[in-house]
Amino acid sequence: MTPQEISEKLAAKFSGVSDIGLEAKLDAPVDPTIKVSPNHILEVAKFLRDDDDMQFDFLSCLSGVDLKGKLAVVYQLFSMVKRHKITIRVEVPTENPSVPSVESIWRTANWHEREAYDLFGITFAGHPDLRRILLPYDWEGHPLRKDYQVPEFYNGMKVPY
Amino acid sequence: MGLLDRQFDNSNIVITSLDSLLNWARLSSLYQLQFGLACCAIEMMAASASNFDMMRFGVIPRATPRQVDVMIVSGTVTLKMATRIKRLYDQMAEPRYVISMGSCSNCGGPYWEHGYHVLKGVDRVIPVDVYVPGCPPRPEALIEGLIKLQEKVRNESLAKKRIA
Repeated sequence: MTPQEISEKLAAKFSGVSDIGLEAKLDAPVDPTIKVSPNHILEVAKFLRDDDDMQFDFLSCLSGVDLKGKLAVVYQLFSMVKRHKITIRVEVPTENPSVPSVESIWRTANWHEREAYDLFGITFAGHPDLRRILLPYDWEGHPLRKDYQVPEFYNGMKVPY
Repeated sequence: MGLLDRQFDNSNIVITSLDSLLNWARLSSLYQLQFGLACCAIEMMAASASNFDMMRFGVIPRATPRQVDVMIVSGTVTLKMATRIKRLYDQMAEPRYVISMGSCSNCGGPYWEHGYHVLKGVDRVIPVDVYVPGCPPRPEALIEGLIKLQEKVRNESLAKKRIA
């Protein structure tokens, strides 16, 4: 299916949901993207995986983005069976960045979500094991946020040059 | 070695100072702690492999800090790794030496400004004997650093150290 068809099918399926917040940006040069409200990402993800026309059985990447004031989570999906791909995106406010975990749908999301939590501080509701994955457990803050300040010391070791 | 062998055939006596003998023995068998941190580790492996063959200097990689004389810090030292490096160094038996290999472990390298996670030089955590520059240094450079360390060991004196 083309991104256009995927977008239309999604819109038809979720036409009854008022706050679904579907917003397709299909002319993007690399990744045609569909924005979804974070409240409904679980249903959309489940539909994308299980529908016979979609069959997105592979989450190739889950990324975090800092948009200054908002944080975004980007899901890049691929279908091994259908050989098509689509990018899904949710945006949450920086003050309370909580997104439902898609770990129950794609197991790959487990470590990806831990990484997004580690570096951006996005919390994934329903994640079975949400702790830091790269940085030490006693690290403070989330370094890939735009407003992150590098600490002067970490465990007695001077950090800046 | 051929000449020396033939001299011992006739039960000859060699006279030397104890320092020279001990230092010669120590610098000829500098066992190395086997752990690589980043791309420098690839060059360290190349230095150990057949083309460069660091074993001809008596450098044998060992997998435990208890059995080694020299730690080659080969690569980027993250803050998370720095605590482990400190612990490994503390577990090494004295006399112990450290070769800092490559720009990252010398001074932070390309991460010096924006690397929130990188220790800007391993000498902030443990004392370093020889710094090998390069990004990464070629095996020849590492061997040069090793020979510098051998020079250092050769000029040490256990007796003088005791007095001081």
